[in-house]
Amino acid sequence: MGLLTGLRDSISTVRNKLFADDSEPRRIGIYGPPNAGKTTLANRIARDWTGDAIGPESAIPHETRRARRKENVEIERNGKSVTIDVVDTPGVATKVDYEEFLDHDMEKEEAVRRSREATEGVAEAMHWLREDVDGVIYVLDSTNDPFTQVNTMLIGIIESRDLPVLILANKIDLEESNIQRIENAFPQHETIPSSALEGENMDEVYTKIAEYFG
Amino acid sequence: MSEATEPDDRGVQIDLISGERMRDLASMEKIRTILDSVHDGNIVVLEQGLTPDEESKLIEVTMSEINPDGFNGIEIESYPSSGTTEQGFIGRLMGKQEDTKLTVIGPADRIETLHKDENLISTLVRR
Repeated sequence: MGLLTGLRDSISTVRNKLFADDSEPRRIGIYGPPNAGKTTLANRIARDWTGDAIGPESAIPHETRRARRKENVEIERNGKSVTIDVVDTPGVATKVDYEEFLDHDMEKEEAVRRSREATEGVAEAMHWLREDVDGVIYVLDSTNDPFTQVNTMLIGIIESRDLPVLILANKIDLEESNIQRIENAFPQHETIPSSALEGENMDEVYTKIAEYFG
Repeated sequence: MSEATEPDDRGVQIDLISGERMRDLASMEKIRTILDSVHDGNIVVLEQGLTPDEESKLIEVTMSEINPDGFNGIEIESYPSSGTTEQGFIGRLMGKQEDTKLTVIGPADRIETLHKDENLISTLVRR
């Protein structure tokens, strides 16, 4: 990046931050690889604070194939309230093979349709990240190795855009969960343990959401 | 990118692309260069990698080109990692360049394993 381009982008970022309309809810994207628990988290947040869910949860990868937004989620913390729009995004991957869906009792036609929708969903998620979100909750399955290229690239993209990011080590209710591994992978960011499914440690998650995105 | 890209039983073609060659290309030209080669079944090694924004576009364009009857995406690895902790406002103001990162990209259906540790990327490529 050249000096002038860098200077222009930096001035633009600072200007946007200085003159941002605080009355508008910030759009917080929930990002991460497939099956990390993003929709479960989005539903947990939406149910806890609005009573509604955002979308269907499933163990099948790429169940979420369109970004879904829940507007005006008001989170109260320490006597203050923070209003955000929660954007649940499709899991990001660099490959989608329809044959993976055949393992989940799908006919080929359905698997092909699903894989097409999944690729569109990933592209849409990347577009939202570049253009339309003001902050990111990055959800990782704490039973899996976090040292993947997709995670590294996405965190790099988020950092390059100066977006505030909260990393969640999700699925801590599972025996194989390893929070330390995620902390080691991204030491430059705070990692918050959570189980969106069981509701474990959600109080801390909401406190951090208010702190990071309020 | 490559002239000898016809399907070939003799082996796998590896394109090592210098930073100098990529530096003069626009973002979409870089992505096209990479994906055209990967579509031909080649492995691409970038001496200097891509910027985070280009990586984001690479994923987006890759997704748009996935075809259930053929291309099913890419495998990509790079080192050192793209951590940008020093690349804040001041860094950009001073015109600090992104760290270069050797990057390996290949077609997902031909790369059997792609492993990375601190200073090694190893891959097994099927013909």
